[in-house]
Amino acid sequence: MSKIYFDELVNAVENLVHACSSLTPACKSALCRAKAGETNANARFALDTILSNAELAEREDLPVCQDTGMAVFFVEYGNGVQFVGDFEEAINEGVRRGYTKFGYRASVLDPVTRLNTKDNTPAVVHTKIVNGDAIKISLMAKGFGSENMSRLYMLTPSAGMDGVKSAILDAVKRAGSNPCPPIVVGVGIGGTAEKAMQVAKEGLLRDVGNQNPDDTLAQLEKELLEDINALGIGAQGFGGANTALAVHIGKYPTHISALPVAVNVQCHAVRTASVTLEGRE
Amino acid sequence: MKTISAPFSKEELKSLKAGDFVNLSGRILTGRDAAHKRIVQGLKDDTLPFSIENQIIFYVGPCFKDGKITACGPTTAMRMDAYAPTLFDSGLLAVVGKGDRGDAVYESIKKNGCVYFAAIGGAGATYGKAVKSYSVVAYEDLGTEAVYEFYVEDFPVIVAIDADGNSIYR
Repeated sequence: MSKIYFDELVNAVENLVHACSSLTPACKSALCRAKAGETNANARFALDTILSNAELAEREDLPVCQDTGMAVFFVEYGNGVQFVGDFEEAINEGVRRGYTKFGYRASVLDPVTRLNTKDNTPAVVHTKIVNGDAIKISLMAKGFGSENMSRLYMLTPSAGMDGVKSAILDAVKRAGSNPCPPIVVGVGIGGTAEKAMQVAKEGLLRDVGNQNPDDTLAQLEKELLEDINALGIGAQGFGGANTALAVHIGKYPTHISALPVAVNVQCHAVRTASVTLEGRE
Repeated sequence: MKTISAPFSKEELKSLKAGDFVNLSGRILTGRDAAHKRIVQGLKDDTLPFSIENQIIFYVGPCFKDGKITACGPTTAMRMDAYAPTLFDSGLLAVVGKGDRGDAVYESIKKNGCVYFAAIGGAGATYGKAVKSYSVVAYEDLGTEAVYEFYVEDFPVIVAIDADGNSIYR
């Protein structure tokens, strides 16, 4: 059985965390397109500042945003790999080292005592066992101005797809200017309550605006993006044409009684990265 | 683009209108969720270790590296709505954050002749560059959530809600 060692994963995660000092190329392209089509002066000021800030952060190796997020990981763990050590502790050690080394904010605390853990641990780790001899790790540094705007709608079947669309628009309207628009709207349709939200969040890993491989969902994303941008919330809530950069929808089979819809909101600062570790004999 | 230097007077604030682009300079205080909770308690008990009178509070929890601030953009102002009217009633002149405010904050801004400035959320590196020096004022145990004083130059904001209650959001 091929092996991956504790320190390899720690180092890989430490490097991944550096994603907080740049926006993904797809995010930057989407922001440039948004700016090109924007006529509202305040919104243009916002988009100009956001884009020049991204350049500054990359040039001088600074955090794009002071909210360097809670570190969320999606792991595809190949069943042909033996991991040598405590898997989640390796991820947490990588987060601890990365956030400290790069000077990123320690934003994680105990929800009851409100005492900060001071090194941004623990991370949130979603692990899926897959076939293969490798481990793929994807990081999403998730800020909470947007995370706080997430919503779950436990619709029932009579609501239909019209109900699904209304729920998504409701979530975006209620979020308003708060989640740092232009946003990416992650949507999970189906599953159980927690599965719907996980699907919504995982959808945010897709490159901003990339075509959905499912034609029906791709069409739904297109319609919703138009409806959301017609709301006029705009960049930073200043009005204009760009409330959202993209809508990313995923689905999962659900129960005959149910039609869950989860909305997980991503701010305009998409900071994701992934790496694949190959097992060694 | 207007330029104003903190601390400033209520008279100066009256000349600012919703939608004005402003470059802030001078001394500003910081505070977010945890600090606000303590500030309001401090005002109640008369144990506040610093003065908020005629001051400006920036809603932020900065990133630091090697003793320097590297990123300090605004956080969502709505979370401070529960505290803001108490602070305005106690002499605070202005706040900087991002996103719209609740109706009670609008009323308090009008009643007290205060101003809410919006900074651009997500532009943390840009605002970090505008901080020329800083020090801790209170609640050091809160780390990033402590109250700091920043000396800023050319700190770009928009007048989001002016002293008459006009807003760029509504």
